[in-house]
Amino acid sequence: MKIAGLQRAGLTALGAVAAVLFAFAVSSIAIVAAGASPITALQAMFDFGDVTNAVVNNITTILNRATPLFIAGLAVAIGFRMNLFNIGVEGQYRIAALVAAFVGGQLALPAPLHLTVIIVVAMVAGGLYALIPALLKVYRGVNEVIATIMLNFIAISMAAYLVRGPFAGEREEGVLTTSTPPIPESGMFPNVNWLFTMFGLPAPRGAGLWGFLIVAAVVGVVIWVVLERTRFGFEVKASGLNGTAALASGVNPRTMIISAMVLSGAVAGLIGLPEILGRTGSYGTSFTPGLGFLGIAVALLGRNKPGGIALAALLFGFLDRATTPLQFADIPPSVVSIIQGAIVLMVVIANEVTRRFALRQEERRAAGHASAPAPAGASA
Amino acid sequence: MSTSSDTLSTAPPAVALEGITKRFPGVVANHDIRITVAPGTVHAIVGENGAGKSTLMKILYGMQRPDEGTIRVNGRQVSFKTPSDAIAAGIGMVHQHFMLADNLTVLENIVLGAEPKKAGRLDTGAARARIRQLAEAHGLRVDPDRLVEDLGVGERQRVEILKVLYRGARILILDEPTAVLVPQEVEELFDNLRELKAEGLTVIFISHKLDEVLDIADAITVIRRGTTVASVLPRDVTSRELAELMVGSELPTPETRESTVTDRVVLDVRGLRVTEGDRVVLDDVSFPVHAGEVVGVAGVEGNGQTELIEAIMGLHPLAAGAIELGGEDITAWSTRRRRESGIAYIPEDRHREGLLLEASLWENRVLGHQTRPPARAGIWINRAAARKDTERIVRAYDVRTPGVDTLALALSGGNQQKLIVGREMSGDPKALIAAHPTRGVDVGAQAAIWDHLRDARASGLAVLLISADLDELIGLSDTLYVIYRGRFVARLDPGRVTPEKLGGYMTGAIAEDQA
Repeated sequence: MKIAGLQRAGLTALGAVAAVLFAFAVSSIAIVAAGASPITALQAMFDFGDVTNAVVNNITTILNRATPLFIAGLAVAIGFRMNLFNIGVEGQYRIAALVAAFVGGQLALPAPLHLTVIIVVAMVAGGLYALIPALLKVYRGVNEVIATIMLNFIAISMAAYLVRGPFAGEREEGVLTTSTPPIPESGMFPNVNWLFTMFGLPAPRGAGLWGFLIVAAVVGVVIWVVLERTRFGFEVKASGLNGTAALASGVNPRTMIISAMVLSGAVAGLIGLPEILGRTGSYGTSFTPGLGFLGIAVALLGRNKPGGIALAALLFGFLDRATTPLQFADIPPSVVSIIQGAIVLMVVIANEVTRRFALRQEERRAAGHASAPAPAGASA
Repeated sequence: MSTSSDTLSTAPPAVALEGITKRFPGVVANHDIRITVAPGTVHAIVGENGAGKSTLMKILYGMQRPDEGTIRVNGRQVSFKTPSDAIAAGIGMVHQHFMLADNLTVLENIVLGAEPKKAGRLDTGAARARIRQLAEAHGLRVDPDRLVEDLGVGERQRVEILKVLYRGARILILDEPTAVLVPQEVEELFDNLRELKAEGLTVIFISHKLDEVLDIADAITVIRRGTTVASVLPRDVTSRELAELMVGSELPTPETRESTVTDRVVLDVRGLRVTEGDRVVLDDVSFPVHAGEVVGVAGVEGNGQTELIEAIMGLHPLAAGAIELGGEDITAWSTRRRRESGIAYIPEDRHREGLLLEASLWENRVLGHQTRPPARAGIWINRAAARKDTERIVRAYDVRTPGVDTLALALSGGNQQKLIVGREMSGDPKALIAAHPTRGVDVGAQAAIWDHLRDARASGLAVLLISADLDELIGLSDTLYVIYRGRFVARLDPGRVTPEKLGGYMTGAIAEDQA
């Protein structure tokens, strides 16, 4: 009975795999042009080291990179599902990370409570910052793309100012970067190195595998449930597929725009936390930028579905990790950026191709049934 | 012009269509179409919306290929694969919705795609000379160097015509050309068309405005339900006879019209007034709909029907008036609350308002019912129940589909419509707003939908039926109103009304309420 749905999913997966393969082919041209061998490049990318320690460290790097990307992809996807282009994830996560880090640094609370407060503050800050473009769109008809792009500039500059000024913590002697006051140990998320040690593997070095991975996974499941199983999710989907029909069906577009945008911003608020709560303990001038923009690519690649976004985030994490070994193999690390760009481009194409193909197939199947004597749908 | 029949005998017809048939899955859009257009004439093709005019024109312009039948242009049999083939054969099309680039000049728009070149660059001089010559020869006043965005609607249309002439067309198809024009512009257009005719060009004029057709056409072909039902000369027919031909004069087989009308008012509309900017599009519309009653609203499209529906569904704000459902004032209610309280809605455009084309049938079952059981369970969508109920609809309404997970877009128009009707009849509605419930569906589905509407009426549903199909209106309604320019101009007894009389009210020929 659900064959049609399964077929469509299979086709989508096939399209994504084809897109990745195509992207590697295109990138090979760039690698050859850069005077290196694509085979060497590929080997370097899959070379996780010879000893278990190195392999564990590399996998940790990938996962630590993929975690914020996954959250960023989710945040973007919530808007995308109803044709709402929240380009402002970049600004929302920076403001949220800064505010949450600052608040976290001011408090002294028992550990679980301290963590919860930081997470809630981040979500509220992100959600409120996303509320601005939502209100502008609903009440003044301002296109959310323009509004969020402008708000990104404001957020980036404002964060840069705040972290150097009002929110700045004490700077140690000889340190050139500034950051918010450090979050005490009670506010930090314990690492989840036990995910390795329970299999008898060595623990990764440094800050280890960030514990926020667990939160990200939970958020992913929750978002999936919300989008796929609830009434709200249905109304998001209906608004995205056919706004006029949604309106005629009693879906209030204003409520939908505001709630989807705020939810997107709230999730965006979490993007900076894996790094802050897992390693740095503060928001500083060296805070990782650009995750919001990458989130757009991740969401596109993952077709706005949490499962797909997880895979896309892992792929991007994998590619980012490859930057260092590529350098060792004398291949310009910008190749990774080319591959990422090519993949996104190919996926967009593949999505459209598979979509059209699936639709045609569906039409043919149904047409066959229309001429059949009995409505076989009855037996489904 | 009475010379058309003489021309016919001497020269081969400019266009001759023989037995054109075009099928889409589940629908026959055109069936055995026969039209002969004499050269140097204005030939009008009239028919209601959805009668198959546009499909026919797409076939003639090479946008679609007929399944059967032959097309002859100037006596030569042709087979068009693309519009380029049609253009090569000297056929040009002026679309209802202009296809001009606003930020280019008139000249640039006209030559776009067929630019005269000199040394690889646009030869503006040659283009301008040619356009001036064409414009003068056909009396089409335009300034080639103005920007299209600065032009009025009438001028834009002239640009479209020039564009077609520039490509060497000798046969022009004008699709509803007067729909966007004010009366003075219509006059100008007709003067242009007469000039074109005098130059020996042939014009095929598609319209459903009968007075205009009688004014400009040399010959008229009437299309109804996808086939040509008559070819007449304007001097032989009146506007009313033409209307009769268009909508079908034969009354539907008399149903056993046992009245199921009760005295309980379900939907009460009082003093409805709707404005669009400064324009009043609906004024002083009042009527009750009783349980078990079908209230029909007849009217030429664009006389306020859409606004009436949207006002009742809460999609359009009211300037004045009140709407009551079962004695409760719902004027200030949201669309959702209206739906939850039992107003069902079959929208006039199922693709625009009725369906999520890229979602499965069961998800479409949920649409509009997402706040009610069986689709809803608290904050959740009850997928199993929604699926099961969709299967019920598929069975009860004979929706031809491989299953309930099929995407809605894969279904034919008739099956999509049956799904919508089934959905809207679910959940015990008190009132149903049905706009063109059988538009664009095949005859079988039409009969089925009519049966379902009759059954619902018998079980006490209050139905407001808006339709362009007079057979449907007369056959189903218990009470019939005519809407004209945003007002109800007549209340008629469908049991006694004749299509001529109805047509008279609809076109404004009979002005006062005499019924």
